[in-house]
Parts: sequence; C-alpha cells; structure tokens
Amino acid sequence: MSENGVHTDPAAIADLTDAARAEHSAVAADGSKAGYRAGRTLPVRVELVRQLRRRRTQLVLGFLVLLPFILVVAFELGQASPNRRAGGFVDLATASGVNFVILTLFVSGSFLLPMIVALFFGDTIASEASWSSLKYLLAAPIPRHRLLRRKALASGLMSVFALALLPAVALVVGVVWYGAGEAVSPTGEAASFGAGVYGVALAVVYISIHLFWVAGLALYLSVSTDAPLGAVGGAVLASILSQILDQITALEGLRDYLPTHYALAWADLLSSDVDWSGMAKGTFSALAYGAFFTLLAARKFARKDITS
Amino acid sequence: MASLNRLRGRWSLPALVVLVALVGAIVVFTRQGDDPVPVSTREAVIDVPESPDSDRTVQIDTTLYLPERTPAPAILLPHGFGGSKASVASQATELAQRGFVVLAYSARGFGRSTGQIALNSLDHEVRDAQKLLDWLATREEVLTDGGGDPKVGVTGGSYGGALALSLAGVDPRVDTIAPVITYNDLAQALLPNSARTDGVDGETPAAGAFADDGVFKRSWAGIFFSAGLSGADATNPGQEAAEPGQDDDSQGLDNAAAAVTAPQQQAGDPRPAGPVNGACGRFQADVCAAYTEVATTGKAGPQTLEVLRRASPSTVTNKITQPTLLVQGEQDTLFGLDQADANARQIAANGAKVKVVWYAGGHDGGSPGPELRGQIADWMEFHLQGRGADPGTGFEYTVVGAFRSSGAPSLRTVVAPSYPGLGGSGATQRRDVPLTGREQVVVNPAGGNPASVSSLPGLGSVVARSSSLSSRLAIDMPGQAAVFQSEPQTAQTLLTGSSTVRLRVAAVPGQPVPADGAVLFVKLYDADANGVRTLPGSAVAPVRVTDLPADGTPVEVTVTLPGAVRPIEADHRLQLVVSTTDMAYANAAEPAAYRVSLAAPELSVPVVPGVNATSEVPVGALWGIAIVLVVCVIAAVVAWFRRRLTADVDPELESVPLVIENLTKSYPGGLTAVKDLSFRVEHGQVLGLLGPNGAGKTTTLRMLMGLIRPTEGGIRVFGHRVSPGAPVLSRIGSFVEGSGFLPHLSGAENLRLYWAATGRPLEQAHVEEALEIAGLGNAVHRRVRTYSQGMRQRLAIAQAMLGLPDLLVLDEPTNGLDPPQIHQMREVLRRYAAAGRTVLVSSHLLAEVEQTCTHVVVMHKGTLVAAGPVDEIATGSGEATFRVDRPEEAATVLRGLAGVHDVHVDGEQVHASLNGTPRATALQALVAAGVAVDQAGPRRRLEDAFLELVGE
Repeated sequence: MSENGVHTDPAAIADLTDAARAEHSAVAADGSKAGYRAGRTLPVRVELVRQLRRRRTQLVLGFLVLLPFILVVAFELGQASPNRRAGGFVDLATASGVNFVILTLFVSGSFLLPMIVALFFGDTIASEASWSSLKYLLAAPIPRHRLLRRKALASGLMSVFALALLPAVALVVGVVWYGAGEAVSPTGEAASFGAGVYGVALAVVYISIHLFWVAGLALYLSVSTDAPLGAVGGAVLASILSQILDQITALEGLRDYLPTHYALAWADLLSSDVDWSGMAKGTFSALAYGAFFTLLAARKFARKDITS
Repeated sequence: MASLNRLRGRWSLPALVVLVALVGAIVVFTRQGDDPVPVSTREAVIDVPESPDSDRTVQIDTTLYLPERTPAPAILLPHGFGGSKASVASQATELAQRGFVVLAYSARGFGRSTGQIALNSLDHEVRDAQKLLDWLATREEVLTDGGGDPKVGVTGGSYGGALALSLAGVDPRVDTIAPVITYNDLAQALLPNSARTDGVDGETPAAGAFADDGVFKRSWAGIFFSAGLSGADATNPGQEAAEPGQDDDSQGLDNAAAAVTAPQQQAGDPRPAGPVNGACGRFQADVCAAYTEVATTGKAGPQTLEVLRRASPSTVTNKITQPTLLVQGEQDTLFGLDQADANARQIAANGAKVKVVWYAGGHDGGSPGPELRGQIADWMEFHLQGRGADPGTGFEYTVVGAFRSSGAPSLRTVVAPSYPGLGGSGATQRRDVPLTGREQVVVNPAGGNPASVSSLPGLGSVVARSSSLSSRLAIDMPGQAAVFQSEPQTAQTLLTGSSTVRLRVAAVPGQPVPADGAVLFVKLYDADANGVRTLPGSAVAPVRVTDLPADGTPVEVTVTLPGAVRPIEADHRLQLVVSTTDMAYANAAEPAAYRVSLAAPELSVPVVPGVNATSEVPVGALWGIAIVLVVCVIAAVVAWFRRRLTADVDPELESVPLVIENLTKSYPGGLTAVKDLSFRVEHGQVLGLLGPNGAGKTTTLRMLMGLIRPTEGGIRVFGHRVSPGAPVLSRIGSFVEGSGFLPHLSGAENLRLYWAATGRPLEQAHVEEALEIAGLGNAVHRRVRTYSQGMRQRLAIAQAMLGLPDLLVLDEPTNGLDPPQIHQMREVLRRYAAAGRTVLVSSHLLAEVEQTCTHVVVMHKGTLVAAGPVDEIATGSGEATFRVDRPEEAATVLRGLAGVHDVHVDGEQVHASLNGTPRATALQALVAAGVAVDQAGPRRRLEDAFLELVGE
C-alpha cells in the first residue's frame, strides 16, 4: 500500500472535534480522568494476550510439545540399552510413562527450563523498551511497580504453564509408548503409577519454585537493559556459570551457596518416603536469590529514567 | 536530593563490589571456625603378662588421644587384623574431637607390640585389653564409674570388633560396645555350612544355618593368615563405603586421598621386634597348627575347632549385658550378615539393648563412612555420657538402588523400629516366592576345577566399588549348576536378610559319593527381564551334606542363603543356582554327580518393612524461607506507603493544563539537558515548543510524561505534580520520540490492547474516531511490522488521541509526513484545541510552529529563550522593519516622528519601535522624505532569534 492511500478524511476531523466538544469527562480527586483507576491498569489477561500472540512464545510452547516426541523417536531409533532397569535416568526412561517424564524433566532441567524462564522474564520489560512501547504504557499511566508486577505475574503464569506443559505432554506420550506401569526411582524403589504421577506433579511445583532465582535475575536484567537478548542471555549465562562452579568439587561446602546447587533436589520426591531437606534448602536458596533480584529489579525500575 | 542521586549512581558499582567482598569475607571467616579441635596424643608402652599365669610380659604399644577437655569418658579402639594402632589413627582423632579419651593400641603380634597372635583368645588378647582398662582407670584424664572402673566404651572393626565383644563378655567394666563388621563364631566364618537337615529358625532376618562340618573358605582364610604373617593390612577394606546423601565426587576424592596416605602409615610403622617363628610368622603355635590343618585338609579337627572356639565371641556373648551397637556390612563375603545376626540374638537373649545397622560396605565394600562413624560416636556419647538423643534399639539397613545416576551409587537407609525376632519384637516377615525347576544333575569335576566364580576376596574392595561389576562377576560353569527360577515379580520386593529354601540332594546311583559328603554352593540371583543376572553381595552359601546315601536316597536340607539387601523389581525373577564348585572355597576334589531338586517349591524371602531415614526437619531452611517472605512483605508495605505520600496538589492551578517551574535535568556525566526552564500552558492553547535539535525539548516532554525524573524543579499538570505513574497522566495523550507498537500485532489491535492496558472504559476511548484521523484504511489490520515510518507516525498520533486527552503532547508530529498530511495535521491540532482541549507541540521548524500554534516557547541548550503568543513574539510590541535604499536618512526621518523611538540601522534595514504610530504613517513620512522603501513590515524577532540559535 502506498503512502497516497493513507490520508485523513476531512470529515474525520469533524467527527473527532465533535466528540471532543461533546465529551468533558469528570476528573477524579487524584487528578485522573474519571474511569481511570491505577488498580485496573494492565490486566493480566491483556498482558497475556500481548505475549501469547508473539511468534516467539508460540514457538517455545510448540517446542515443548514437540520435545517428548523427539525423545521417543530417539529411543525408538537407538536400541543401545538392552537392559531397561539398570544404568542412569536415560536407561530407565522407557520403564514406564512416569519414568519417561522424569527423564524429560532431567534432561531439560539444567538448560532448557532455566532458559524458558529466563526468556519469559528477561524479555518482558526489555522487549517493550526495544519496541519503544514501554514509555507509552508508563505514560498511560500504568504505575511502574504495577507494570513490573503484572508483567512478572504474566511471565510467571506462562513459565508455570510451560513447566507444566512439558511433563504433561511427556506423560501422555510416555503412557502411550511405555505404558502406565510402576515408576522406578533412582534408589530402586518402585512406586505405583498414581504415586509416580503425584511425585512428578510435586517435582514440577518444586522446579517452578526453584527457578524463581532465574526469574528474579532475568527480571533484574530486563529492567537494566533495552536489549532483550542481553537480559535473557545474561540470566542463562549465570545459570550455566553456577552449574559449572557446582562441578568443581574443590569448592566443597561453598557450592551450597550456588543457586543451581539444589536444582535436582526434586529427585528426592521419587522415593516413597520423601526427604524434604534438600528441597527445603533449595526453596530457601531460590527464594532468597529470587527475592533479592526481584526487589533489586523493583527498586531499579522505580527509579530508572526511561529513555528508550 | 539531587546530589545524593548522583552520588548513588557513581558509587553503586563500588558499593556492590564491597558488598560482595564483605559477604565473601564473612563466609570465609565463619568457615574458618570449623577448623578441627586440636587433639594431643601420648605414646605409652604397657606391659601385660604373656599368658594368664606367666611372669613373662608382652609390651603393648599404645597411643592415648586426649580431647580438649578432660576428664572425659574413654573409648578403647582395637584395630583390624593385620593392622596396628596407626591404622585407626584417623578414627581415634575423630573420636577425640568428639570429646572422648581414646586409647588405640597395637594388639599383641601386630605393629610394635611384642608377643604372638592368639586370635583374640580369651586368655591372651582379651586379658591384654583388661590390663589396658586397668591402666585407663588410673589416668586422671578418664572419668570413672568407681575405683578401677573407667567409664569406657569399645569399638573396632573386624578383628577389633570381635575383641570388643569378647571383652564386654568377660569384663563388666565395659559400659558399651560398638563392634563393626565382625564375627560371632570364627569357625562358622571360615568353615561355613549353610544347610541343616532339621530346619532353621528364621525368626531373625539373617539367621544362618551354622551347621557343623563346613566348607573351608579358602581364599579369605589365606588372606587372613597371610595378613598375620606379613603385617599387611589386607583384610582392611581400605576405603569407605558410600553413604546415602553423600556427594559421590567428594567421596571419590576422599578415597583417593586415603589410598595415597595408607601406605605411608604402614611405612612409618617399622616391622616389629617380636620373634619370627618360621612359616608361622607371629602366630602362636596352636593357631598356626590349626590353620595348617584346615588349609591342607579342608577340614577342621577337634583341636582346631577348640582354637577357633576360644577365638570366637560366641563363647561369651551369653554374658554381654552392655548396650551393643552391631554394625555389619552388606558387601561382606568374610563375615556376613549372619554373624551379626547371631551376635544380636545371643546378646539380646541376655536382655541387653541391641541395635543393628547394616551399611553398604563390609570387607568387600568399604569401612564405615563419616556419617556412620558419627552414628557410632553418637551411640558412645549417649551411653557413656547420657548426652544426645537416645539411639534406641532399632534396625537400620541401607538399600543400594537398582541403578545409579551419573556413576554415583544411589543409596537410601531404611529404619525399622526393631531388629525382628529379638526380645519382644515379632518374627521376621517372610514372603514365599514359588520356584520352578525339575530335578537336575550337577557334576563335580575332578579337583574341583574349573570352578564357578562368585567373588574375588581381598580384591573385593577394589572391585566392589562398582557393585554392578562385582555382582555380575558371578559365573556358573556349565554342567555344574542346577537352576531353579521364579516367575517374574508383579511388584517390587525388598529382600532384607537371608532367604531360605528347602532342597533335596541325592547321589546318582552307581557314582561314588565322596567320604566328606557332597559339597554344593547355593546362590540367589536377581535376574532382570532380559536375563541379566546380579548376585547380591557377591555371596554364596556353601553347603556340605554329609552321609549322603550312595543308593540315591535323597536327603532334604534347609539352606540359608547369604544375607543381602536387594530390591527385586517388578518383572525381575529370582534365580536359585546350585553349583558344585566355587573359586573362593576348598572344593571337593573327588569327581561326583548329584541330583538336585526342590524339596518345597517356596523360596522364603525375608522382608523387613521400615521407613526411609530422612534427615531432620530442615529448620534453618524453613526459617530462611519465612524470613525471605517477611522481608518481601515488609518491602511491599514500605513501598506502598511511600507511594501514598507522593501525591501533591496545588488547587489554584487545577485549571491550568501545564505549569513548568525551574525545571532542571542534569545527568551524572555533567551534561545538563534542561536548565531552569519555566513556562505555562493555558487552557485552549496550541503551544509550540520550538528549538533546534538538542535543545532539551524531548527531555522536557519525557519529564512531563513521568518517564524521567527532574533533577530540580517540577511539573504540574492541572495542579497535580507529575511523578512517574501519577494518575493525572491519564489526562495527557502523548506521542514522544517515535512510535512504540508491538510489531507482531496489527495497528487496530495495538490501539485496542493499548487502551485495554490503561484499564479505562472502552466507551471513553473513541477508537473509531482516532483511527479515522490516522486514516490508514485497510492497513490497520496489517501487522505494524509492515508499516512505513509515516504510517507508524500517524498511528502513534491516533494512539495519543485515544480517550480525547485534555492535554495532547506531540513531539515532532509532522516528521515523516508529506505536505498534504502536514496540512491536515495542523488542521487537526487547531480544531482539537478549539474543541476545548490543550495541545503542546514540539518542533524544530519555525514555519511549523508559526502556522500551527497560538503560543510558542523557544528553547536553546536547555534554557528558555523566549515565550509568548506567536503573533506577539513574531511581531514584537509594534516594532517595524523597513528595507530602504538610504538607511541613515530613513533613520533620521523616523526619529523625527512623534512616539517613535529605539530606531537603529541594520544594513539595508531600519528597525523602529512605532509605539502606536501606524506603520502607514511612518511609510508616508519616509516616502515624503524621498526615501525609496523596498519593503515594510513587522520585525520578525522570532525568526531572528531562532536563526541566531540555529545558525550557531
């Protein structure tokens, strides 16, 4: 379409000015236009629509649906392990549907899941800044703390949805391919299918809580930069760095302070008598780091000059 | 406040670095506090009688480890076979750090102690230990229960554990014992027979048959004996067993370190001064003779049995009443779980407190790890000092998982309230697993060679680190083994202890039956769905059936299989194998053949239900979680109150759309974008903010929108002070420095979602009218990504007009528009203001402002240059400019006119303040004076001023 087609109908100006002349809306005590309430700005539903219609979000969710199928194909192609009851998580994956879910969570736990959380949280403010739409949202006005909260909430909902979507699809795929048999735990315990599903559900809850630190850091980076890639990449890098340091046994007890140290504590849930201490420590660690970065992000965003 | 802000910006990075350094320093500092408590040692040589009534003495080499605080209860720490006091040094130090006086010593015949090995004989080694108790009672560092009665516990592994049992049996001064991986009956340990014709009492989980005429455990006995000869610590597992919840990697490092340091300990312990007795080494003559007998004949005569009996705790266990912690290994082909089971039964029968722990180690698997050693220290602490929680009389066993993740053994500890079959507790639950298999003939090859393989004693500790390797080492020779198998399990069974099975053995008629009876080896495999077999604990039950009728009449025996802990998964089968040979044992040399069948189809599998041991409630972590949540709530509340306090209204200005006062914005780098700017915009005005690029126009508008904070001064919109997110901003519609749309949505959706984000009612929006102003036609339904610059610009202006704002702020609205569109835009703005709204337009184009605006504010370098109505500023207060041919003359004429003043010449132009005098009058006067007037008009000060600025 050429520029020539773009023009304003003279009647439109009349319409506008008529409307403006006709409407002199009241003003509330706080100086706002009647009808405006800070508490109603940026409903989560609206933010979700804004984000879910992005191709990026759709691709990520699509990939999560696809991943279990890719894993199944990989297992079907490779018949390397004749013994399905010994070896690591991978060898056990085909023991039952629940074991397949556990494998899926295990292989995606170190990189994919932190990356998805980092993507949703790191991108949320920074991408608005890069589109220049942030300033219009803030001038609407959506109070800054509210904008941050609502966006974090929407990102959180999407993250939890993504974190639940992957095991849910994996469970369906696993049950179809490997049946609803007993789940075998890393300690050799067997659990009924129902108990296994319950354990996996709790594991998803723990993973969601544990990734709060990534969310906090990504949010902090997101308000600090106008480059979405920088915010997402920074959070993912921090996660990788933490995992690398966690491999260095010489650090001994210092590794307990690494945010990813308790990333796999959910494996404790797979035993019949759950040891909660690792998960409690992991929750504490994640909440402490997450809260620290979130508060830092809120403080920074509230005081920041928006220049993009 | 402003300077504080600057300060904060400049110092935040160094402050962060300092903070991180502080946290690091605190962490390092607090961790330094974990340095181990110093332990001092005293060496002493104590003389003891060589034998009960002898006047010759043996010198016992001792080390006394003293804790920080004395007096304290004592622990006697004997060592394992082949070791010396040096081999328990680290454990002694550890116990001393826990606050015990520890006496480590080399037993007679070991290390630097003199004398000969009598195998923990009641007359020799046990008496030595009693002497050491006497000596301990005299030490002032040791707490006593009375004269000559020290408060003392005894713990030790293997040979040392047996001493602990025997000593507790003969000497009531011992207050508690914790024997580790030791034996009850040495005859049964070295010459086991796991089959009885009369059945076995299976009340306890790991009861062994303990029948006479056992099969010689050749490999282990040889290692045992040679350890006594050479002093090599071959029976010591050498490394620690893995423990649940342990980091596998650090464990590996610890073990590597231990492996490196162990030989050095030996090196620092030169060969002893004791007499060397030829082939018997440092063994006492009767012990040496006993070994020679079994090693050469494979059978034990009465004298040998007497030697072994004197060496076994079983002779005195009926006198042990002290609280006893029995620690036994699940990977132990030397002293199996049945030995601890016998100890537990015999001691509990006296009414003593007995606790049993099976850990994932043993002579094949490793010595107790730090956690288990801590548990032993806890036991001592409670029973000697009454401190800590009561360890109780329960039963704990460690389950090695069916698979390992990343090479680490996956372990868990199961806790049962009591050891089944002891005292008042009920008998062990046993699950019958049906086995099938017809009668099979097994052949014993002549010389017992080739032999089946079950374990590699001695090497076991190396191989058993990889339990999957060692437990799959087992090989059955074809033709020598009968196999009976169960159906696949439907659910998991956790085998805990010794299974029993009843077998029928018969000679093959016509074949000779060995005089010593039929020797068979029974093992129980865990076979998975693919047929891969695992032999739990690598252990095998040797069976000797004596008096086997040669005519083929069968003999029925009950076989107790080796004690093990093994989860048998669903789909797995249990496989019972009866073979004629085993590498680790003295096999029958005569060729023979036997018929083997199941006397009863059930395999009786012991199961001990319990709960998984969990570490204590993580109180610290839970407190931490609570504190974090409380901090977050406090932060939220504080922020909420601070926001409440920011409202600031000036009621007198409520009808004034915009008042800017002393507005200044400087950046940390020293750049001042806006400096002391003040102006007002009244209702109905179209105000132009004019200035060249970089004049501070956009910065001012950003401050107006609450996007950036002024360094000083303030902005009031309708009387309300503007701060980030101030509610009054809802009366402003803005377009500042470019459009901002979500590129993946269409123009219409962008506007709709933007309005939805403001949370205001849809009927206030007037989306239709705004979209008509943008005039994008059908393009509004295309993605914004595809828009041209001009289209985005028009959509952005339409967005600014959503909700018909009382103050419309547009930054360079005509940039990127073509002339007809610019014309229309002017029309829109003028008429919008005429409809009772106020418009603020910034531009760097003079003509733009002149044609659109009623009022103008000229800015340059962040400061206000001029402000007022466009006409006024443009025309000045009655000033006129004449372009003439003779300026000097014209000036003179003009000065002559009444009221005209301030005349000055500027090139061809003459400027004058007419002050009420009509321009036509002045023109007439000039023409009358003969001056040719080329041009006459109002003086254009705005342009002058502006050009001056731009021209710089």
